[in-house]
Amino acid sequence: MKRRSADHPLLKLDLQRWRMRLVLILLFGGFTALTARATYLQIWQTDFLNQEGGKRIQRVVEIPAHRGMITDRRGEPLAISTPVESLWVNPRDAQADATQIQALASHLGLEPDHIRRIFADKSKTFVYLRRQISPDVAARALALGIPGLHREHEYRRYYPSGEVMAQVLGVTGVDDKGLEGLEFAFQNWLEGEPGAKRVLRDRHGTVVEELELLQSPKHGKDLTLSINLQLQYLAYRELADTLARHQAKAGSIAVLDARTGEVLALVNLPGYNPNNRASMKPALSRNRAVADVYEPGSTMKPFLVAAALENGVVTPGTRIDTAPGWMMVGNKRITDVHPKGNLTVGEALQVSSNVAVAKIALDMKSEDYWQLLNRAGFGSPPGAGFPGEAAGRLRPYESWRPIEKATMSYGHGMSVSLLQLARAYGAFATDGVLMPITILKRREAVIGQRIMSEDVARQVRGMLETATQPGGTAPQARIMGYRVAGKTGTAHKLVNGRYAPDKYIASFVGLAPASAPRLVVAVMIDEPGGKEYYGGLVAAPPFSKVMAGALRLFAVAPDAPFETAVPAQIQIGEAT
Amino acid sequence: MPPISYWLRRLFGHIDVPLLALLILLLLLSLVVMFSASGENPAKVVSHMVNMSVALGAMLIISLVPPQRLMQFALPIYVLGLVLLLGVALVGDIVNGSRRWLNLGITRIQPSEFMRLAVPMMLAWYLHFRQETLQRRDFVIAAVLLALPVGFILKQPDLGTALLISASGAYVLFLGGLSWRVILGAAAAFLAFLPIAWNYLLHDYQRGRVLMLLDPTQDPLGAGYHIIQSTIAIGSGGVLGKGWSSGTQAQLDFLPERTTDFIFSVYSEEFGLLGNVVLLALYTAIIWRGLHLAANAPNLFGRLLSGAIVLMFFTYVFVNMGMVSGLLPVVGVPLPLVSYGGTSMVTVLVGFGIVMSVATHKKLVKT
Repeated sequence: MKRRSADHPLLKLDLQRWRMRLVLILLFGGFTALTARATYLQIWQTDFLNQEGGKRIQRVVEIPAHRGMITDRRGEPLAISTPVESLWVNPRDAQADATQIQALASHLGLEPDHIRRIFADKSKTFVYLRRQISPDVAARALALGIPGLHREHEYRRYYPSGEVMAQVLGVTGVDDKGLEGLEFAFQNWLEGEPGAKRVLRDRHGTVVEELELLQSPKHGKDLTLSINLQLQYLAYRELADTLARHQAKAGSIAVLDARTGEVLALVNLPGYNPNNRASMKPALSRNRAVADVYEPGSTMKPFLVAAALENGVVTPGTRIDTAPGWMMVGNKRITDVHPKGNLTVGEALQVSSNVAVAKIALDMKSEDYWQLLNRAGFGSPPGAGFPGEAAGRLRPYESWRPIEKATMSYGHGMSVSLLQLARAYGAFATDGVLMPITILKRREAVIGQRIMSEDVARQVRGMLETATQPGGTAPQARIMGYRVAGKTGTAHKLVNGRYAPDKYIASFVGLAPASAPRLVVAVMIDEPGGKEYYGGLVAAPPFSKVMAGALRLFAVAPDAPFETAVPAQIQIGEAT
Repeated sequence: MPPISYWLRRLFGHIDVPLLALLILLLLLSLVVMFSASGENPAKVVSHMVNMSVALGAMLIISLVPPQRLMQFALPIYVLGLVLLLGVALVGDIVNGSRRWLNLGITRIQPSEFMRLAVPMMLAWYLHFRQETLQRRDFVIAAVLLALPVGFILKQPDLGTALLISASGAYVLFLGGLSWRVILGAAAAFLAFLPIAWNYLLHDYQRGRVLMLLDPTQDPLGAGYHIIQSTIAIGSGGVLGKGWSSGTQAQLDFLPERTTDFIFSVYSEEFGLLGNVVLLALYTAIIWRGLHLAANAPNLFGRLLSGAIVLMFFTYVFVNMGMVSGLLPVVGVPLPLVSYGGTSMVTVLVGFGIVMSVATHKKLVKT
């Protein structure tokens, strides 16, 4: 071992000079390498790495925009978007012990095993745990402090009127898009446009800072319907009561403002609660009054009479012999329920004689009857704004055989929707003008289209008034203090292309007050199950109650003396 | 003589003031970084301070122990360490696939940590003991003394610690005057051994860590995740840094292990290149002062042990910073005196206590 000494204290270490140098080179080299690396990263690469860092922490996130509110004509909310939250997990980050899972399961109403399975699937990074729950439930679940559990703000549709407006409004899906009804039809109007903002997020996806607003959310526009919610409730209650009383399968009521064509109420039953999707079945969610058609039966007779009057085939005083209560057209037999004998045109409507209207029909050109039906909107969708409005069936007159013309005179061999029918009756209320109808509240006056002369409309209206008077088919349609015009209908149901002998559709369409009609109410009861199935017995009473309520609601001046009461026992039976 | 100043001198007389001042400076900087790295958690900072106080106390006590006493303990400590390692190999607890811990009933210890100081002490003592008649044979014996614990630790397996302990032994042998022929030969043998080790001895995860170094983007969410996030943190700091407690990578939890192994990334992101230079300068000053003290040690044992301790300190700094900035593969080495962790803090400061003791007891011990 050689000993060396040097001036530098470090070299006094008992070493050769090169040994110390090597140590110093090692130190110097090491720190130089570190400095070089730091310089490379922090000067040359800093922009790129800054970008990379930005990618990890900055995100553009959506600011949800809420869907427009749907209200009735007075502003009562019918469909509102309420803020809810959805919980999702990133299974890669998710970790929870047994008690946490148990607590989470009980908060969310899920099976603990279900949650465990989701947490265990590490191949996924986004799984919804529970969607659209109330914010306080979400807050309680998040308070468990489970890593990887996140929330998302969403909106959920709430329908304050529940079943009452169900089929009219339809529903939205879990993504807040309209799926049915007006929610679907006015999707573009109601839909909001989500905004966007740039945020700073940590590794777990939690937003820690909002950097800038890129676009503010545009909330959806509100929609004001022509519906009057009070009237809607009334129609709903009366319809429900009627269905229960007559053990009927289904039913609809439509109320129109005769002067503006606005739909004031539209109810279908049975229904569902739109706030509970589990109760929603396809059969229940149909807006039957709009989307379904049926053979109207005798409620079509006023149009045949109007066409005959319009074309001079008959005058109100023309007498028609209906004896012996039946007639043959080809080899088909047309009958009245009871023989009526010799009738004026007005009496034919009052007692609803099939034979009389068939005889009138056979005396006139097919084209004339078709023209009026066509102008009255039969065979084409009424255009109120609903999705899937039915057009009904009105075959071209060229192909009508005599028997078909005859049966169509009392509303068989064609089909209509209740809404179409109500709208067409509006023409008798407005002295011959057919108004365009709408489910939205009218902001300005609209002009209708004349489909028959004023005289004819008034004459038919007068005849329809007699139908609700003693001797008519529908005295139960009367309302104390008001003159009511209307027509019953009792049609055999078509089942598999044949008329079922014991299945009927009972209906009533009427106007009031008859001196200057304001409202049209149409009632349709499908398959009343009891002994009574005539329109005058089944459909006229709810008509009377809904119309009475509507007249009071709109403060319509009475046009008739207040009688003590509607006669309790009425002779009915002729009505078809 | 007033009794108080006497006792103060007895107590603090063996502290090297410049070295202590530098260490305190580094520890203060460490507190600043810890506040930010812990997500501004005062409890963590306080706990870090407690670790520091304990470690500084240990340093003070060790500085009072004369080198002769340390020499007396070298062999017993080394033997005890070997016995503990043997215990680990036989009945050690397995954590994360490695058998590193020994359960003593009251507490669990990691004997390999213990060997970090025991091995250089043992080798320094042996070379000192044989210094008058030092022959090539003695280096062979010393190499065996080094290989025994390293073998046990490799078996655990803990490649990182084994390499670091090998390095500490190699420093002692190098400073002790190992012939340059042997050094060159060993270096050549090591290089030749690398391919063999790569193919046959390394575990897959170890190979993966090295490959990850070459291209971390291969597995950005798995093995490459740490290094990518850390590189981004350092690089995005730029020259001046993002400011204290404002590092997005660190504060938003993208950085792994940010109070321990990766604390340098936090520091680097927030204080930039300028901060790095300051930190490196501080480390350089400490090492320089340490080497100065080692060089002035009165005997061979002191010189070798102090020198090895200071060089190990350097090695830890270099390996940690190199790993965090993507120069070296990821091995679990904390940044000395900055990372959170009591064991490391105590080991490092006890080492400096030895350096101070060796440097200040020379007047009493003439050799």
